[in-house]
Amino acid sequence: MRRPRIGEASELDLMAVGFLLPSVLYVVVMFIYPFLYGIWVSVHPLKVPGFSLANYIAFFSDEYQYKTVGITFRLAVPNTVVVVALSLFLAYNMRRGIWLERTITTILVLPISLGVILLGQGILGFYGGKGWLNQMLLALGVLEEPLVLTHNYIGVMLSLFMQQFPFCFLMLLGYISGIDPSIENSARTLGAGPWTVFQRIMLPLIAPGLAIAFALVFVMSFATFPSAILLGQPSGATRTIAIAAYAQAFEQFDMPYASAIAVIMGLFQLAALLIIIVLRQRMVLAATMGVGKR
Amino acid sequence: MRGRLWRLALYLFVLGFILNLLGIVSHVMVSSFAKRWFGTPLPRSFTTEWYTYAWNEFGLAQVLGVTLLVALIVVFLALLLGFPAAYILARRNFRGKPLLLLLYFLPLLIPQMTYGIPLATTLFKYGIGGTLTGVILAVLVPMVPLAIFILMPFFEQISINLEWSASVMGASRFQIFRRILLPLALPGLLTAGILILVNTVSNFELAFLVSGAGSQTLVVALFYNVFAGGVRPVYSVDAMAVMYMTMVMLLLIVALRFVRPTQMVFRLDQPRR
Repeated sequence: MRRPRIGEASELDLMAVGFLLPSVLYVVVMFIYPFLYGIWVSVHPLKVPGFSLANYIAFFSDEYQYKTVGITFRLAVPNTVVVVALSLFLAYNMRRGIWLERTITTILVLPISLGVILLGQGILGFYGGKGWLNQMLLALGVLEEPLVLTHNYIGVMLSLFMQQFPFCFLMLLGYISGIDPSIENSARTLGAGPWTVFQRIMLPLIAPGLAIAFALVFVMSFATFPSAILLGQPSGATRTIAIAAYAQAFEQFDMPYASAIAVIMGLFQLAALLIIIVLRQRMVLAATMGVGKR
Repeated sequence: MRGRLWRLALYLFVLGFILNLLGIVSHVMVSSFAKRWFGTPLPRSFTTEWYTYAWNEFGLAQVLGVTLLVALIVVFLALLLGFPAAYILARRNFRGKPLLLLLYFLPLLIPQMTYGIPLATTLFKYGIGGTLTGVILAVLVPMVPLAIFILMPFFEQISINLEWSASVMGASRFQIFRRILLPLALPGLLTAGILILVNTVSNFELAFLVSGAGSQTLVVALFYNVFAGGVRPVYSVDAMAVMYMTMVMLLLIVALRFVRPTQMVFRLDQPRR
């Protein structure tokens, strides 16, 4: 028997299968199976024997529960638009590199690594009723009354922005700086101004990356949990769908109902992803070099 | 002229963001050293006693032990499972490869809160929920794909001719692995290991949903104490937050020696053909 050549681009042999199998098994057992089990359990409610959609019906007929969907959309959509727009502005202008670029990107990584809990605690202190910002504005005479920026909608938006802006910006920076500069240079040589270059040349090239960034930020915002608890009103104005799912699981101990809410949350996220992927297919495919900033 | 204005707006925005971040972080730090602090720009007197208070009252020795143990085991397992898979994905083409890549991509794409609840349900059903093993198994779910996607480009950069030459000269598969692949893939392993370490230490959702009394990581314990605001003095919670921050900062300083900031998020490159 011929010993297959190493690295031969071919069918899977025994070695390749053996190499892939452990990680595939792990993802299937710990990710796919729980997901399917969650769906199964969600249609087998605690109170009703056998198959029943009672949990889903309960969710959509209880105002306290179904209005979490609206609340979550009202947080996720504006946040996604602001985050993506500002990231595009910053990343586009930094595509050729700017002064102190490495320092700036490093500082921007901080909020990602610090995590949401620490940021939340800091935002409570800094933006709170007696925080530094309010003290400063009151001392300068800009304000008469302190601004209420925490334990409400604005607090959650602040926290979401701090977490997701760096993420989205670094993604787009990697993407935009991977676009062949000679395309842009040709347009400039032929007499296009900066705005025309952006609108007619660069934007269509960036659009596919922008679509993915938009989808990722939206999906992340839609699952907001710690921000909405620490900086919002978890039982009122910022009771997001993730809080509803958590409350069913760990306060009411109704795992089937909790799973049903998680499934509903997943379906909304999936729908958003599908819509954006379909839109992306219709856009011009970017002629990037496929090599981002490394 | 207009270009100048744009550039100015850019730097002003960055400056604003940095000042805001600085304010947030330093407020936590100042507060952790405050004896009492009500509505003044700075506390009237400072103390370090909140650190000893937090260390003793919150059982931080145990929590830190759990955090480090979870992080190290997750890094080891993620690399162990991810390394061979990344090698095959970088070297071979086969039917169903896009589907397999999608399977690996899903745990990174879908928010942890969405799949964390069914995952916690499953783990509690089998009695692993709430234990240290449960936390490790849950946090590992997104880290295996992360390891694979970080390692793949590193393997693609290693010329296949090196392996062929070694094979021609009579090296066995194991020798090729030991003498050629492993040394050349070491930077990749280091990058992946550090990024997984940072991600595991700051992972909240999965650890939170699966942890129980004795298996809380530092972020989870921090969340419970922030959430139970009023029960504990806010200064002691801030002291705990500063300890957490110091740990992440140290990891980050090490990480940034090996990793570029843009590597810390998804790559939005064109899919490979």
